[in-house]
Amino acid sequence: MPTERISPRLLRVLAVWVVILMAALSVACRQDMQDQPKYIPLRPSGFFADGRSERPLVEGTVARGHLDDDTAYYTGKGPDGKPLDTFPFTVTRDVILRGQDRFNIYCAPCHDRLGTGDGMVVRRGYRKPPSYHIDRLRQVPNGYIFDVITNGFGAMPDYSAQIPVADRWAIVSYVRALQLSQNASINDVPAANRGQLGQGGAQ
Amino acid sequence: MAQIFHRSTNTFSRITIFGAVFILAFLTWVFAELDRSNYNTRATVPREQPVPFSHAHHVGGIGIDCRYCHTTVETSGFANIPPTKTCINCHSQIWATSPTLEPVRASFRTGQSIRWTRVNDLPDFVYFNHSIHINKGVGCESCHGRVDRMPLTWQENSLEMEWCLDCHRHPEKNLRPREFITTMGYQPAGDQETIGRRLMAENHVQDARVLTSCSTCHR
Repeated sequence: MPTERISPRLLRVLAVWVVILMAALSVACRQDMQDQPKYIPLRPSGFFADGRSERPLVEGTVARGHLDDDTAYYTGKGPDGKPLDTFPFTVTRDVILRGQDRFNIYCAPCHDRLGTGDGMVVRRGYRKPPSYHIDRLRQVPNGYIFDVITNGFGAMPDYSAQIPVADRWAIVSYVRALQLSQNASINDVPAANRGQLGQGGAQ
Repeated sequence: MAQIFHRSTNTFSRITIFGAVFILAFLTWVFAELDRSNYNTRATVPREQPVPFSHAHHVGGIGIDCRYCHTTVETSGFANIPPTKTCINCHSQIWATSPTLEPVRASFRTGQSIRWTRVNDLPDFVYFNHSIHINKGVGCESCHGRVDRMPLTWQENSLEMEWCLDCHRHPEKNLRPREFITTMGYQPAGDQETIGRRLMAENHVQDARVLTSCSTCHR
């Protein structure tokens, strides 16, 4: 039986193709570009003992722009430590609408959208907060409400990490609007706008 | 001497030679479909977590807004995973003795982070920014799906480049007004194309030529 020898030339061409094919197959298995050795937010780190790549502020340091020396704005309190009844900036319609938006996100789960303290989390068993529409809370100064949001009060945890300062003030303005809305008489509505009452849904 | 190859081999080799184009095309298609399949992208596969957190319960059941926990989504590129303190806000009193939540309480006591399993993981060579999408009117639901119906969280979409481009070529298909940004099950009040085009103009969404430029996402 005559056997045909494979020519060395063909063998070489074949070998080159096999190498190319294997190279093509092997690159698909590496994910170096997909998983680069860099830190993206919340990626764990093997370098630090607690495994976090995001480092907490070193104690006693102040981040740039966070000196927070405007006491009235950042604490809602006056020089005497008593809560102020003013706002640190002018309250406009936009501020109140922003407050409404933020209130519905962060406060309504417990306080409900009217502020009566019957939110879904309370219905699931959290301690019921007082309604905003009691005399004591109608009388409290703005700075008091700001302070409660910032530092918590009673069963309520603090919201300083979740809500930025400007938004806390916006929420205070909306809480005031809610209190007014639930305790208003027809005389509080400007005469020109009384016709809109009862039409519903008008913004 | 008996023939090594049967006569039919002739036909077979002719078919393979002329059919090579079709066979290669078919194999390419099979490979592409496998590559974009949920099996490969792991879309719709719920991930195991150290605590079986249910978005269905928290979002669908209780109605908590996405931003209560994912606070930075409107202002930062990264929609943060909430710190344990956010869980404790409610779970200091609700389910406070549940064994299921022990890892959460342990994390709060010790200050050690809970090691959640990442669900939506883009390749590191892709630049993605949550806040720009939210502020231009892409709702959470558009990418993450009906999170309010996920007992355990899964990745809703393939996160393949073709999926990104599908929207970057036609943003009007997925834009919604800002007040509905976290709404689940959003229904446009009218024709989506018309609303989308209006929002594109209002929010200054760049045209498809810019949105599909390589360096928009690969920078």
